[in-house]
Amino acid sequence: MGLFSRLKKVFSLPESAASQAEEPTSQVATSAATTSTAATSATSAATSVAATGSDQATSATPTSAVQTSTASASASLAESAPAVSATSAAISEASAESLASSSTVDASAAGIEADHSAQSEAADQDQSEAPLTASEAVARSLAAIRAQAASADAEPVAASTAATTETDTAAEKQPAATSETGVVEAPVESTAPASEGASAEPTEAERYDEGLKKSRKTFGDRINAFLANFRHVDESFFDELEDTLIESDVGYETAMRISDELRDEVKLKNAKSKKDISSVIVEKLVDMYGEAGEGEDNSIYLAAQGPTVILFVGVNGAGKTTTIGKMANMYKQQGKKVLLAACDTFRAGAIQQLQVWGERDGVDVVAGAERSDPASVCFDAVKKAKAEDYDILFVDTAGRLQNKVNLMNELEKIKRVITREIPAAPHEVLLVLDATTGQNALNQAKIFKQSTDVSGIVLTKLDGTARGGIVLAIRNELHLAVKYVGLGEKVTDLRPFNANDFVYGLFKDVITA
Amino acid sequence: MAFEGLTERLQKAMTNLRRKGKVSESDLRQTMREIRLALLEADVNFTVVKDFVKTVRERALGAKVLEGLNPAQQIVKIVNEELTKTMGETAVPLNKSPKIPTVIMMAGLQGAGKTTTVGKLALKLKNEQKARPLMIAADVYRPAAIEQLQQVGQQIDVPVFELGTDVDPVEIVRQGMQQAQENHNDYVFIDTAGRLQIDEQLMNELANIKDVAHPDEILLVIDAMTGQNAVNTAEGFDTKLDVTGVILTKLDGDTRGGAALSIRAVTGKPIKFIGQGEKMTDLDVFHPDRMADRILGMGDMMTLIEKAQKQFDEKQAEEMNLKIQENTFDFNDFIDQLDQVDKMGNMEDIMKMIPGVANNPAMKNFTMDPKDIAHVRAIVYSMTKQEKADPDILNPSRRRRIAAGSGRPIHEVNRMIKQFNQTKKMMNQMSKGNFAGMEGLMGGNGGGFGGKMQQMAMKRMVRQTKKKKKKKLAKALRRRKR
Repeated sequence: MGLFSRLKKVFSLPESAASQAEEPTSQVATSAATTSTAATSATSAATSVAATGSDQATSATPTSAVQTSTASASASLAESAPAVSATSAAISEASAESLASSSTVDASAAGIEADHSAQSEAADQDQSEAPLTASEAVARSLAAIRAQAASADAEPVAASTAATTETDTAAEKQPAATSETGVVEAPVESTAPASEGASAEPTEAERYDEGLKKSRKTFGDRINAFLANFRHVDESFFDELEDTLIESDVGYETAMRISDELRDEVKLKNAKSKKDISSVIVEKLVDMYGEAGEGEDNSIYLAAQGPTVILFVGVNGAGKTTTIGKMANMYKQQGKKVLLAACDTFRAGAIQQLQVWGERDGVDVVAGAERSDPASVCFDAVKKAKAEDYDILFVDTAGRLQNKVNLMNELEKIKRVITREIPAAPHEVLLVLDATTGQNALNQAKIFKQSTDVSGIVLTKLDGTARGGIVLAIRNELHLAVKYVGLGEKVTDLRPFNANDFVYGLFKDVITA
Repeated sequence: MAFEGLTERLQKAMTNLRRKGKVSESDLRQTMREIRLALLEADVNFTVVKDFVKTVRERALGAKVLEGLNPAQQIVKIVNEELTKTMGETAVPLNKSPKIPTVIMMAGLQGAGKTTTVGKLALKLKNEQKARPLMIAADVYRPAAIEQLQQVGQQIDVPVFELGTDVDPVEIVRQGMQQAQENHNDYVFIDTAGRLQIDEQLMNELANIKDVAHPDEILLVIDAMTGQNAVNTAEGFDTKLDVTGVILTKLDGDTRGGAALSIRAVTGKPIKFIGQGEKMTDLDVFHPDRMADRILGMGDMMTLIEKAQKQFDEKQAEEMNLKIQENTFDFNDFIDQLDQVDKMGNMEDIMKMIPGVANNPAMKNFTMDPKDIAHVRAIVYSMTKQEKADPDILNPSRRRRIAAGSGRPIHEVNRMIKQFNQTKKMMNQMSKGNFAGMEGLMGGNGGGFGGKMQQMAMKRMVRQTKKKKKKKLAKALRRRKR
């Protein structure tokens, strides 16, 4: 089943239910995201089980699989997990992941404490309100939205029984999730903050939502406006389509592919009505996005032991230093020992800029003299990080245009120096991309990838563009995961990126319209 | 270099027309579609593309057949003219205030390059007009932004006015203006913090600064790599501040430069300068006509000549000329020339300005590693004085020694010497006004599309240089007589 058809199902809900689902979604979205993935994926997996339960209670479309799963709620998880995934919950990668891992739950017997904490938390939620728990799942999985709406209609009794089911499943899923995402630390402790965060951080969540509101709105608006003008299919229609897509920054390649495929589609299916056309366009966009994102991992990889080295690269003025400042703050808050390396020895004031960030965040900065060899500064920093047991080392580099051969060689040298000192490092090479950059972003990614093997993207200044399409372009054409997005000037405005949330927001208006 | 991708696409779009004696409407439609896609792919704003394509199509359909130009060339001509029109016809100079100081205020998004550009522009004015500028640091938000401007100021020896980060930018500007009055600075630059055009509060701050400083010039700094968003940014700043001009930065990248084509067309604001490199001297006046030539792969002889004139020492050039004519050009002169060419900027960029090179298949994979030139230097530096002055004595034994001395393989030394001799020969011919060898080198016969256009440009250039040389010789003669 394509991602689109699943989305479509979600959107085919009554308006009121959908809008109800909307509100808590945004609130929980970030709080869930801030806490460790393990914890959230466990809860979301759990709630989606709950959701299927309530689904069944309303008896909207109960499949036989769901029935067996709810009936034998207390039965072994190995049975219920595949059943759930077969129905609605499969969309969210996170939940799918934990579901898959839960079938091997017997293997990982560890984490009894986890059971307790998860149980108590689930019980808490059970007593307060079932819909809220469901909405937490929404944050992680699109599938759960549908369930949430269903549970809103459902009798409270049904909901609470569903929640009880969840208590059991959640308890058992926690260890599974723990074993799955072992790289991310402290999944157990973070369960408590997770439930706290839901109520304590609505402002932050709002900011995330607010920052992207403009992108969402205009992207949908553009497509809708285009479709409103639709008369019949001819050459100028395809020209218009290409213009609209390119204007929304979905990328040249993507726009051309969609218009070409639509040409075929129109012939094959004889699609002529506005509705057909609109659904084909969005279906293509969403499916392309889903396909391109297979196996994408947008978590930051941290070293199992010893310092984790994260190298930042990008063109001039993309926001590397600022991103480092923000990220250092984030990891500092998590109790990590952070070191910054000021390897931008070229631009005037760059070293001071990083030093100011170091002071603000309360972290140490290794800096050399201006115009000194950046690789030597980097070498000192890596040595210091190793000798003094730092957890994370951020390496700032000078901005460079990707077509400057000698500057790219310099970057390679920096990377070589790091690898020589710590063979597994750099653990992450993050390309910092300005969201307002056009087609050139493609060249940047390609060439930086060649010289430094970029492992992910930080998309900055996303609040400044009215076009969310850039995110589609990055995934479809660059095949790199966006790991963080910059949504504003403040330290806390750097957010982990959730691809599914984003694409849901992007297409919301188009599909329901 | 910027625009290269666009050049390539446009050339491709028009190759189909090349072989046709007559252009049918469907041919034209196909070509226009290609041109449209090429422009869109280059991030040109879609409304601009629409208008552009429409005008070109109409003009092409209504065009009369001109003598001496085949249909393809005719369309190239139309496209060239329309491109120029889109970017603004001629270069627009800086506004100057009748009374000193002339106040120039910078605005733009974060990371567009405002501070760097302030430095470059101040240096340019200093070098060209002996200006005494003052730079005001009004970016109190970004960490170390003031330090950045101070360091830039040190590099180019221009004073910076700052009051730290705890003072309101408007107040900083007010006091800075006072200081400029007292010190009789003739230019005042205001470096502001980067901001989004949708940020009400910060945009109001800019408006307040504008009220205090009454700038003669409000320059919007825009990154040339910006996509479709460029126009929004420009419009946002323009409605709030009534921008007077635009500076495009980072044009030395491999961007296709859509922003350059869109901004003038949509906002009507002229592009005044372009930033093309990391060095403080890498800021040039924007010439729309020359840019159009470059985009279409027709080279940009004018800029090349100007650049050369700026760098070349008149006297030295004369001596060189004499040497070439007497055929006594040696390795010492060769190194001098290398130095001068180096001063003109990136070798690759310079090559691309020569008509016919930008899109020559033979030059397609021509990338010059800056190291190559360093190697050539190393080889020459490893020669003895005698060898440098008299290249003919370079026998194999000497060559082996040079190879060892410079750390380059012997075949590289041989190749270098061979090339030197060829260059020498060619220069001697050229100095006698014979460009035949040159034309062959530039692929006049294999040039394919636009061969005619390139030849036209080439001939024009030859005529110009001949004229100049005559003048110069006359001048020299007069001087000698005296």
